Amino acid sequence: MSAWEHFEHEADIGVRGRGATLAEAFAQAALALTAIVTDPALVAPRVPVTIRCEAPDPEFLLVDWLNALIYEMATRHMLFSRYEVRLEGDRLEATAWGEPVDRSRHQPAVEPKGATFTALQVARQGEEWIAQCVVDV
Amino acid sequence: MNLKGFERLGPCHWRLAPRGAMRVPVEIFADEALLQAMDDKVREQAENVATLPGIVRASYAMPDAHWGYGFPIGGVAAFDPDEGGVVSAGGVGFDVSCGVRCLLTGLSVDAILAVQEPLAEALFAAIPAGVGSTGQIRLSDSEMDAMLRGGARWAVAQGYGEAADLERIEEHGCMAGADPKAVSAQAKKRQREEMGTLGSGNHYLEVQRVAELYDEATAAAFGLVRDQVVVSIHCGSRGLGHQIGTEYLKEMALAAKSHGIVLPDRELACAPITSSVGQRYLGAMRAAINCALANRQILTHLTRRVFAEFFPGISLPLLYDVSHNTCKVETHEVDGRRRTLYVHRKGATRAFGPGHPELPESLRSVGQPVLIGGSMGTASYVLVGTKESEALAFSSACHGAGRAMSRQQALKRWQGREVVESLARRGVIVRSPSFRGVAEEAPDAYKDVSAVVDAADRAGLARKVAKLVPLVCIKG
Repeated sequence: MSAWEHFEHEADIGVRGRGATLAEAFAQAALALTAIVTDPALVAPRVPVTIRCEAPDPEFLLVDWLNALIYEMATRHMLFSRYEVRLEGDRLEATAWGEPVDRSRHQPAVEPKGATFTALQVARQGEEWIAQCVVDV
Repeated sequence: MNLKGFERLGPCHWRLAPRGAMRVPVEIFADEALLQAMDDKVREQAENVATLPGIVRASYAMPDAHWGYGFPIGGVAAFDPDEGGVVSAGGVGFDVSCGVRCLLTGLSVDAILAVQEPLAEALFAAIPAGVGSTGQIRLSDSEMDAMLRGGARWAVAQGYGEAADLERIEEHGCMAGADPKAVSAQAKKRQREEMGTLGSGNHYLEVQRVAELYDEATAAAFGLVRDQVVVSIHCGSRGLGHQIGTEYLKEMALAAKSHGIVLPDRELACAPITSSVGQRYLGAMRAAINCALANRQILTHLTRRVFAEFFPGISLPLLYDVSHNTCKVETHEVDGRRRTLYVHRKGATRAFGPGHPELPESLRSVGQPVLIGGSMGTASYVLVGTKESEALAFSSACHGAGRAMSRQQALKRWQGREVVESLARRGVIVRSPSFRGVAEEAPDAYKDVSAVVDAADRAGLARKVAKLVPLVCIKG
């Protein structure tokens, strides 16, 4: 079953995605990233943005993926609420759908600065995949 | 934290002897209650730092130390390039040169109270704050490079502030050795619309009352008068610094093996100071320091413009500007010998004592102002650097309060609107674009900064001079 959650870090915030596939866990981790800023349900998935990254292992790839999203959020002043992730080897290609930040409607709490290697884990646990790390805010 | 194994060197000074791969001891400055309240992760992270090549004397943690990434927040470590020392992107962090500056208004509390509400509105309108906010300034590629080389000096030349401000900023407002070529196009793009913005999270602009003085003579030398008002600005290098941190962390983590460095935690990503990536990172990180200095300088200019509308002719001179997340080349005496060291301060403030040549003449006999930010609605402090701080922790002190609970817990406990209303009843006007942001930054979500400051004072890292309490808080 797909799901995302936050986990505790003393200074910042941890994001965790779960899914039947690695790609789904990555997509859920991205939703957890959005949820640091605002309730994803408040973000209309209107505008698609394509994201590509490449990294030597799945853990670096997760950090790259979240950092690519942070970059798109910062430079486009957008928030995203729907993600479609395709993984092939050490390459990721994804589409993120979202809309420009609306400060009164989204009440954005805090901007993520970067995804870190802290509590970084990409692993299969029983039937599902988890993908997690701490994000600096 | 489990205190097992700690040797107590003083009331607020603890030592953990090296073991395993540690090259030097861990030293933590805190009273017993603060140390006990620290997460075990602080100890683990400080021990990990102690394993890095070329570390000198000890891996230090300040009284406000808490669990960070790689380094603890509140961590200080110095490395010697002649002994294979490293520079660590993880040891500086994402918000390069995040810091605090304090402006003197010379105004009485009464003068502010007469205009408190409209002043808060005017500041909130003038200071771009919060997620998605943009500044008024758009730099061309060549202007961006000039800003990255020039820092606050560049900003003053562009008309933001006064030349007199520069001597009251670390590095006299311009970090030497910045290399805009080592800053990626992405990092520059992320900064394009963010010059002169406050950011979000724990960043703020506060109008504060000087509530208490602990050292009248030093306060007088700093221009701090009881019941007068100052303005404090807390922010950093914005998107540019965040992107530089992101990119070099990855590059250093991937290259560590090729440099023969074993990382106990990938977040400790570092490279030999003399390596190509080490040198490029230093050039980029120094450019980010200049970006932060320029940013705080522009925000100062915007603040002065607002104050001049209410108080024509007012000047708001700068007391001082400190940076928290940096790696700086400094000379320190170690075992009777002056050595050139690369001092990392991650969530820690440089605190030079009296007589230090880096200090401007007007402050040299007194020592450096050490500005400690509190959480929203609580006290902030001004301290002064001490002579003994150099021998204790390479002239370093704490930087703030540190969170007592996570953002999620804070969000469950408080409503932003209620926090704003309850602070208003206590005489603090808060303006923020986000109620959720305010709830996550609620005063009680942070530790008591007073205990941290008292421990720094008792440890001799810096001495208490004044307590500041907010009247207006602009929150990102």
